Amino acid sequence: MAVSVKNSELIYKSLKNCGVKIVSALPETWLVHLIKFSEEDPDMQLVRLAKEEEGVGISSGAHFAGLKSAMLMQNHGFLASINGIVSLAQLYRIPLLMIISYRGEMGETDPWQTEGGLRTESTLKALDIPYDIIDSADSVEKKINKAAVLSESSERPVALLITRDLMVE
Amino acid sequence: MMKRIDALKRIYKQLDSKLIITNMGAVAAELYSLGHKKNFFYLEHSMGLASSVGLGLALSKPRIKIIVFDGDGSVLMNLGTFSTIARYNPKNLTHVIFDNESLLSVGGFPTATSTGTNLKDIAISSGIKNAYETNDIDEFESLFKQNTNLDNASVLVSKVEAKGPEKFTMDLGLIENKIDFKRHINSLKEN
Repeated sequence: MAVSVKNSELIYKSLKNCGVKIVSALPETWLVHLIKFSEEDPDMQLVRLAKEEEGVGISSGAHFAGLKSAMLMQNHGFLASINGIVSLAQLYRIPLLMIISYRGEMGETDPWQTEGGLRTESTLKALDIPYDIIDSADSVEKKINKAAVLSESSERPVALLITRDLMVE
Repeated sequence: MMKRIDALKRIYKQLDSKLIITNMGAVAAELYSLGHKKNFFYLEHSMGLASSVGLGLALSKPRIKIIVFDGDGSVLMNLGTFSTIARYNPKNLTHVIFDNESLLSVGGFPTATSTGTNLKDIAISSGIKNAYETNDIDEFESLFKQNTNLDNASVLVSKVEAKGPEKFTMDLGLIENKIDFKRHINSLKEN
């Protein structure tokens, strides 16, 4: 198994095209290249977190300052961020562009990812968070751009689930 | 020991050139009671994240001083914030924690700072280079001034009495506060 550098580049380029200046992240296998690109890019501020929920605060501060941000996290990180998403981002109408690695879906080999995988989409629905699934390279740019536009216009969290088919070669 | 409202009064006039983020509860209500200003944002929920908002703002606006007014109960919910702030060490960020050893606004339940947890020591052990603690109002005033002019992010733990305002209500909508605060930042010359 190798994480796709090419598709990670595609995602990163799409975030840059949307004007993202700050990325918060917690390392996850599928996100390693994205985090590396953010770190090496002098025009990107990477904020490495202790827990994903802090990223909601980082994105809120960036929003107040007029900067666009994105959050890179695993779906378990999304589950760990729910109070911040609800009682900061949704309560105060803060745009969040959440790029979430969709672990525990079809093809998952790690037993510990499976429960979170089972509950990711139902939780997004329960929270009224618009989301889309990216499972092929040809839709990356379009879907990221559309999600970024909606999060800004609605001033709400929007999620993109990036899948095994996209991230693993 | 000092009262939080008295500590806030001492530094209130120094806040004008800065951006202020507070956590919910007594700190927000007391700062508001001294007179609301457009550079004040009261985070009326998501306990623990006031300092994360402050960090995001400090990194986005490096030439503007950011002050976070926080409480022990909130900070204890997000101790990782010290590690994250220490990693990026924005010198324009001052994290003031009013530690009354109590979850006051929900009835005064004692927090872990009443049983030995020391937030200043945790901050230092997390890598924060400038962290101080005081229970004296004159020292608080001078440390606040000093902390807002350092080359590092700083933490100032201020031990205060577990006494809050008579009322917690504010005539300010949450989203109204956000929009005004954002608009104020956008209008600053430092942009």
